[in-house]
Amino acid sequence: MTVARTRCVALVGVTGHPIDVEADVGSGVAGTHLIGMLDTALSEARDRVRSAVVNSRHSWPDARITISLFPASLPKRGSMFDLAIAVALLAAAGVVPVARVADPFFLGELGLDGSLRPLRGVLPAVLAAAAAGARTVVVPVRNAAEAALVPDVTVVPFSTLGQLIGWLRDDDQTCAPVAETPTRNGTGEITRAWPSSATEPRAGVPDLGDVAGQPFARRALEVCAAGGHNLWMLGPPGTGKTMLAERLPTLLPHLEHEQALEVTAIHSVAGTLPEDRPLLVRPPFVAPHHTATVAAVIGGGSGAIRPGAVSLAHRGVLFLDEAPEYPATVLDSLRQPLESGTVTVSRAMGSVTFPARFMLVLAANQCPCARPAGPADPCRCTPMARRRYLARLSGPLLDRVDVKIALYRSSRRELLADRRFIEPSRVVAERVLAAREQAAKRFSGTPWRCNAEVSAQALHTDYRPAAKAMTPLLRCLDSGELSARGLDRTLRVAWTLADLAGKSAPEVTETNAALGLWLGEAR
Amino acid sequence: MATKDDLGRHGEQLAVAYLQARGMRVLDRNWRCSDGEIDVVAREDHTLVAVEVKTRSGRTHGTAFEAVTEEKVTRLRRLAARWQDERCPLTERFDAIRVDVVALERFAGTFTIRHERGMC
Repeated sequence: MTVARTRCVALVGVTGHPIDVEADVGSGVAGTHLIGMLDTALSEARDRVRSAVVNSRHSWPDARITISLFPASLPKRGSMFDLAIAVALLAAAGVVPVARVADPFFLGELGLDGSLRPLRGVLPAVLAAAAAGARTVVVPVRNAAEAALVPDVTVVPFSTLGQLIGWLRDDDQTCAPVAETPTRNGTGEITRAWPSSATEPRAGVPDLGDVAGQPFARRALEVCAAGGHNLWMLGPPGTGKTMLAERLPTLLPHLEHEQALEVTAIHSVAGTLPEDRPLLVRPPFVAPHHTATVAAVIGGGSGAIRPGAVSLAHRGVLFLDEAPEYPATVLDSLRQPLESGTVTVSRAMGSVTFPARFMLVLAANQCPCARPAGPADPCRCTPMARRRYLARLSGPLLDRVDVKIALYRSSRRELLADRRFIEPSRVVAERVLAAREQAAKRFSGTPWRCNAEVSAQALHTDYRPAAKAMTPLLRCLDSGELSARGLDRTLRVAWTLADLAGKSAPEVTETNAALGLWLGEAR
Repeated sequence: MATKDDLGRHGEQLAVAYLQARGMRVLDRNWRCSDGEIDVVAREDHTLVAVEVKTRSGRTHGTAFEAVTEEKVTRLRRLAARWQDERCPLTERFDAIRVDVVALERFAGTFTIRHERGMC
């Protein structure tokens, strides 16, 4: 009858904290006691672990069992601790050697039959384990590929508790089933983790070449993709607003390795990670329905705080179709993440900060009737109704949107004429990538990656265009058409236009064009 | 008499023999009052020991030992105090009261015995 100790990870938001699990099998009235600030799902671990151990053909210790999760001050929820509890207990009962379980981290939920079930949030958990100095992490088989993304950690996958006990009892540790580690090329990038089809255009995948008749909007999309700018599209139904927004991710380059890990960690915690693709390498596209609540968009929920749509769209695109239909509280709650790139959700149990650096794309009809505006059947909304409809989008929110465009219905002749200028996403993406690389070169040694992220202070010191180029902007600032923030945002777009044109700095052509995009009057 | 009562009686016999072999003196058996029953009342040196004997014919319904709950042990302690009040002259009071559990399980015609001291 001894004490055994092992390790596990508790997740708070997308951050993992190492947890010590101690088990004491001693004398006293027989029973199992779990202590250390647990929620209901975790208290139920007692029953799951017992069934799993018994059904793995090991006897349940006939004694007083105390299991303590440490540090006790951290609230612990969910079923992630099942495996660590079972292993600590079996070690304390003498079924497996105490020394073998002390160092590895054990992550997994147990089924009543002793099977290891997959978990949410394995990637952030293994990252935390690695940061805490873990060399070996035991995970359920179905999470092995995701866990193996973390470098310098041996991932040992198992599908049942019985197999794990066999491995822990075995003196020969070399026979462990090791997870297939994704191969890395010279730069440390994972090359095998996604199917090759992710890099090649596939049938049925949206492509910018599908959009005909909106050359100006396509250009605006390219600018937004190159600089990471927010976009606002206003136009009657059927003009391709949704089509355009859906095609924005196809113009964006692959996520860098660090970014891919961030994005994957968020999706892992949210449980939206596809099982066949352990690492998300494409920028995500998230389009919540307009009935979404603040908690769904920003993050929250009762019990464990879960990431919302803004965090799921981290390093990708958040598309709000029919933007005026969203509750004002939802729209205005976007202001904080738009400025800071993070979102902090506070609840009674504590507050959690999620990353939320996304490109915002808003689309709206000009009026609530959304009648295809044609001369034969004109819209009958009163001017007041129209104004009220668009006024639902608050000024401060639109002030954070860099590029505003209006879409119009194209005539048949325009559609036909535009055919010649249609480019597939691949071609545009190359220009976007070149522009982004030029920007990245300029930003080397700074934390920024694209023009939209540059701080206002740096814009006016290191990245201030020549005085001549600034003239149109300053004139608008004087006349009140531009706010101070508007000026900064216009400057960022001007830089993107310069990057796309291959110029070393914006000239008066770029600042004028950026101003047009900002004011929404480019046409 | 039902089979389970036979099993319990047989288990108590074995438990008494075991306790006596370990040097405890049995003072009373199956003492009842309105609050409940003590299976075996024994003395060890200057300690009054209330013993709960639990016998099981196998493990299909859990172990005999885990069938003794915290609540049961607490009640035995209260009963032991009452036993002393009713059956002991004031001059022969014990120094301490203890509750033990003797768990017996039948395996292939023979019994395993487990004696856990000082549960309460």
